Amino acid sequence: MATLPVQRPDATDVEAGPPTPPKQRRRRGRRVSATSGARYPRWYWPAFAAPGIIWLGVLFVLPLYVVISIAFGTIDPLFRTPVPTWNPAWWDTTALRTLLGHIFGSDAFLAPAFVRTFAYVTVATALCLLVAYPVAYFVARYAGRRKVFYLLLLVAPFWISYMMRMLAWVNLLSTDGLLNRGLVGTGLIGGPVNWLDGRASTVVLGLTYGYVPYMALPLFAALDRIDPSLLEASRDLGASRARTFWRVTLPMSRPAILAGLVITALPMFGDYFTNDLLSGSPGTSMVGNLINDAVSTPGQAITGAVLVVLLMVILLIPMLWYVRATARADTEAGR
Amino acid sequence: MSRTVAPPAAAARPRPRALPAPGRWLRNPWRKPRFLEAFALLYLAWSLLPVAMAALFSFNAGRSRSSWQGFSLRWYWQDPALSVWHDPELHRALFHSLRLALVTTLVAVPLGVGFAIGVDRWHGRLAKGASFQMLLSFVVPELVLGVALLFGVTSLFHFIPLGTGAQVLGLVTYQLSYPAVIVRARLLSIGPEYEEAAMDLGASPSRALGRVLLPLLWPAVFASAVIVFADVIDDFVIVRYLSSDVATEPMSVKIYAGARAAPTPALNALATIMLVSSLLAVALGVLVYRRLTRGERGGSAVSDFASQL
Repeated sequence: MATLPVQRPDATDVEAGPPTPPKQRRRRGRRVSATSGARYPRWYWPAFAAPGIIWLGVLFVLPLYVVISIAFGTIDPLFRTPVPTWNPAWWDTTALRTLLGHIFGSDAFLAPAFVRTFAYVTVATALCLLVAYPVAYFVARYAGRRKVFYLLLLVAPFWISYMMRMLAWVNLLSTDGLLNRGLVGTGLIGGPVNWLDGRASTVVLGLTYGYVPYMALPLFAALDRIDPSLLEASRDLGASRARTFWRVTLPMSRPAILAGLVITALPMFGDYFTNDLLSGSPGTSMVGNLINDAVSTPGQAITGAVLVVLLMVILLIPMLWYVRATARADTEAGR
Repeated sequence: MSRTVAPPAAAARPRPRALPAPGRWLRNPWRKPRFLEAFALLYLAWSLLPVAMAALFSFNAGRSRSSWQGFSLRWYWQDPALSVWHDPELHRALFHSLRLALVTTLVAVPLGVGFAIGVDRWHGRLAKGASFQMLLSFVVPELVLGVALLFGVTSLFHFIPLGTGAQVLGLVTYQLSYPAVIVRARLLSIGPEYEEAAMDLGASPSRALGRVLLPLLWPAVFASAVIVFADVIDDFVIVRYLSSDVATEPMSVKIYAGARAAPTPALNALATIMLVSSLLAVALGVLVYRRLTRGERGGSAVSDFASQL
C-alpha cells in the first residue's frame, strides 16, 4: 500500500479540479503563497503539524536512538536485560565487532543468512516485476470497460491479511494438501512431497506471492497515466507493437519500475514471518529471522539491536532515494 | 479512456496476403492482446484462488483443510469448544483486533491530517525536516520499527506497560504516514485558491479552513481512515512485539502461531472473518468515497480510491 512518487494525482486532478488553466493557476498560486504569510499568524500552520511531528519524534526517532544505544550498550549481568549507553562517547563497539566477525571473519556462521537474504530478495523482486508488469500493462491499456473489475481484483490482495494469504499456501502445500493430492493423483510424482520442510524455492515463491501487489499497483498507476495518443503516434509512424513498447512505454514507466522495486524490496528485507510459515528451517533463515530470534531470546537484545542497525545501514540508500523521489514529486505537483 | 485504436489506419495499408488463420491473426498489428489477457487472468487466479480455497475450507464439516466433508458452520460458532465464537482465545483475538483498529484510526487520522495541512502551508527548513521524518517512517521496514518500539518501551518509557496501550502507540506511529501522505496529495491538487477566495470574502483563517478546506478534504480523510483501519486489522509485526500476553494477541498473531501447529479449520474461519471485516471496511469506503466525490471527477470512484493507496 504505497503512495509512490509516480502516482501523484496531478494528471487527473488538474483536469478535474478547479477549471483554471494550468498556467494561470501557477501564477496565482505563487502570488497567494507570497501574501499568505502576512495574513496568518506565524505559528498558525506549524501548530497543525506539531502534534504529528512530536509524536514521531518521541515514538519513531527516539526509539531508533534507543536501538543504537542498546547496540553499543551493555547487558545487566543479573537480569539479562539490555542497559543502553546513552552517551555516544562511551559507546562500546565489542558487540558490533563480534557480529561483524561472525559475518566476515573466520567463524562466519552468520554470512550465509546475509547472502541468502540478498539472493532471495533479488530473485523475488525480479519475479514480482516480471509478473506484475504484464498484468499492470494489460489492465491499464487493454481492459477497456472491465477496467474497474480488473482493478478491484488487482487491489484485493491488499485487503486480505498477509497471514491469511500465507496460511492459504500452508494449506495447499502441506503433505496432505491439494497440490500433493493433485500431483500424486495425476501420477506426476510418486508420493507426497513436503514442500514446507525448508526449501528455498518455496520461500522465494512465498515472498513473490506476498509482495507482488506492491509492485503491480504503482506500475498500473504509471502505465495508466501514459497518454495513449503517444502510443498511437508511435504506431502511426510505423513502429511495431514491440518497438513502441520498447521505445515509448518502457522508458516512460521507468520511474515507476524503480519505485516499485524499492517499495517491494524494502519490506522483504524485514520479513521473517513468510520464512517461518513456509519453511521454519534455519537452512533458509534470513536477516529478519536472525533479528526476530535475537530479540525474542532473553540476553540476546544487543545482538538484535546490532543487527537492526546493520539492516538500517544497508537499506539507508534505497530508503533515502525513495524519500527524495517522493519529496521531489510533491514539490513538482505543488508548483 | 479512448484506447481503442482506430481500425481505419489498418484498412489504409495494403492488405496482408491471405495467410493460414493463426498466422494471419498473429501478424495483424491491431490484434487483441490475447496473450496478455490470458496472463492477467492467470495471475489473478494465482493471486486469489488459494485464499478462496482457504476461506472455503473454513466451512468444512470435518477437521481437514484439504478434503471436503460437507458444509457446516461448525468452525464459526456451532462447535462448543473449538469454534471461533466459543474458543475464548480466538474470540478474544477477534475483538482485540477490531478494538486496536478502531482506536488507532481515531488517533492516527486526526494527527496525520493536521500534519498534512500544517506542512503543506508552512514553508521552511523545519517543515522539510518534518516531511523527511514522516516519509522515513513510511518506508522503514516494519521489523525495524517494531524492534525500536519494543526497546523504546522496555528501556526508556518504563511507565508504558506492554499490552493494548503500547500496541496503540506503536500502530499510530506506523500508520500516521498514510493519512499524512494521502491528505497532502489531495491538498496539492486542491491548491490554495478556494481558501484565498474565502478569505478575500472576509473569512478568518480558521473559518476558511473549517468551511472551505475541510469539506474539500473529506474524501481523502475518509479514504485514509479506511486504509488505516484495514491495515491495522492485518498488522502483525508491531502488535506481536508489543503484546504482553495471550490476552493482547490479535488475530494475525493467532494465525501465525497456529498455522504450522496442526490447526483446525477454526483458524481458516478466523482468517475468513478478518478478510470479511477488511473487505467490508473497504467496500463501505468505496461507497462513501463515491458519495463524497459525487459530481466532482470523471473517473470511477474505484480507480480513484485505488490510486490513493
